[in-house]
Amino acid sequence: MAGSSPLTSVSDWLRPQQNRMIVLMGLAGVAMLIPLVANNYVLEVLTNAWFYAILCLGLNIVVGYAGLLDLGYAAFFAVGAYTTGILTSKFGVNFWLTIPVAVSCSMLAGLIIGGPTLRLRSDYLAIVTLGFGEIVRIIARNLEITGGASGLIGIDRPSIFGLELSRGIHFYYVFLLLAILACFISYRLQNSRLGRAWQYVREDEDAAEAMGIGRVAVKLYAYVIGAMFGGVAGCFFAAKMTAISPETFTFSQSVLILLGVVLGGMGKIPGVIIGAFALVLFPEVFRGLGSMRMLIFGIVMLVIMLYRPEGIWPQKQREV
Amino acid sequence: MALLEVANLGLSFSGLQVIQKLSFEVEQGTIASLIGPNGAGKTSVFNCLTGFYRPDSGRIDFNGHSIIRRKPHKITRAGMARTFQNLRLFKSMTVLENVKSGMHCRTSTGALGAVLQTGSQRREEALITSVSEECLAFVGLLDRKDRRADTLPYGDQRRVEWARALATKPKLLLLDEPAAGLNFDEKKELITLILRIRDELGITILLIEHDMGLVMKVSEMITVIDYGAKIAEGTAEDVQNNPKVIEAYLGSDDGEEFL
Repeated sequence: MAGSSPLTSVSDWLRPQQNRMIVLMGLAGVAMLIPLVANNYVLEVLTNAWFYAILCLGLNIVVGYAGLLDLGYAAFFAVGAYTTGILTSKFGVNFWLTIPVAVSCSMLAGLIIGGPTLRLRSDYLAIVTLGFGEIVRIIARNLEITGGASGLIGIDRPSIFGLELSRGIHFYYVFLLLAILACFISYRLQNSRLGRAWQYVREDEDAAEAMGIGRVAVKLYAYVIGAMFGGVAGCFFAAKMTAISPETFTFSQSVLILLGVVLGGMGKIPGVIIGAFALVLFPEVFRGLGSMRMLIFGIVMLVIMLYRPEGIWPQKQREV
Repeated sequence: MALLEVANLGLSFSGLQVIQKLSFEVEQGTIASLIGPNGAGKTSVFNCLTGFYRPDSGRIDFNGHSIIRRKPHKITRAGMARTFQNLRLFKSMTVLENVKSGMHCRTSTGALGAVLQTGSQRREEALITSVSEECLAFVGLLDRKDRRADTLPYGDQRRVEWARALATKPKLLLLDEPAAGLNFDEKKELITLILRIRDELGITILLIEHDMGLVMKVSEMITVIDYGAKIAEGTAEDVQNNPKVIEAYLGSDDGEEFL
């Protein structure tokens, strides 16, 4: 990797904790103040970007930290969204009460899929998760309770301290706060005993086993935590849209989230956020190009992967 | 009762008998060796002991409990640590992070503790770091703890593996060809290190080795196997003069080295 690229020198400067805090506070401040100057369109796009940042951070725990290829991540997002959707629209449950239920359901889905398949080597996992993603979507399409192909409508808007969350600016802050929370949790996990265990298993499963680390348990942990992130994102997605349909949770959605993680840099929190933003902003910024923009998006991604296979964000440099 | 008791161990791969009715014991506090010509099945025995292979028959009792067909990480937790014949470090991580992996099975904080950074989590992290640093100091690598593991010279990488195994706080340490690829001076240091692990830390050692000079110098008990079966057992002197052992080694490349 080029040692003197501007991004590398930026990350050099970022190494001291103090400098990092300054930048983070600055960025958080900017993110908080943007709604004061942005119009509705910009706000909507940025809300979407934070939403993808949460999903990408969740998948990053599975793919980036634990090294498990998950091709059906949209399924967990769907489980969360449908749980909230069904409970509020059909049973009139308060939105906030649906969150613990949705989180439990997505965790349970993670356990059911992960439990048996995480014993296998990673290639099988990719196939099984791909299948699982499709199964969840097809179930949602065919069950009565999920509203079939047309989906669910009339999902309750949540309110907090008497304020109903209905305007774009409300959801901007909701997703921003969730993204900050997701960063915080990811950061704490990454630098913990469990985070190291994920890295050991990713680097060498057998050696990790020999050091007394149960690889299946450690992977399952990552998978279930990733599922929780997806589930929570799904809850708020349902509340924001007030309507969900199975076509939101297609295979290409899973691929898109994975793309954000890989593009930004697997296992690196700032990278993953940049990846999520690139994913959402690029097609918007180049909207003027019409349908050509997806082609250009594809080419840009190809170039990034060719020249920066580790992702946009630079690798952590260590004393050699 | 011996710390490790292996009785009638049998292992086969699609009809090929790799280990046949092998029995041996390792007494608490001793340094024992398992030797034999190339392909005799030594590493297979290690893999059975540490749970990487599932033996077809026999008994393996460690510290009074049967550990046969248990998962590798559970066996490590029970107090048996190993090193690998070919280095198996976590290459892109630092030396200290590598050694910290050993403490995983002796600690317990999960996801919630990590996110909330509870008091017990902090204390546990401090303990992991201090134990890992002690282990690195023991093998003489503390000054290189922040280096990436794969940037160290080969001999030092071996010592990282040792420190990592010691960090699991084992009762029995299995060393798979510890002298492979080391030069004369490094081998001398290795002998000192093996003796220090036993004498200062009180850890029992079982090693597989091709370097007969080293085996004869450190081992109190030697088990010789060929074609997966035991052909001799005893002290260095007994084994050296055993006609079956000489026969097994003659004609092979190892024979010259041995005689």
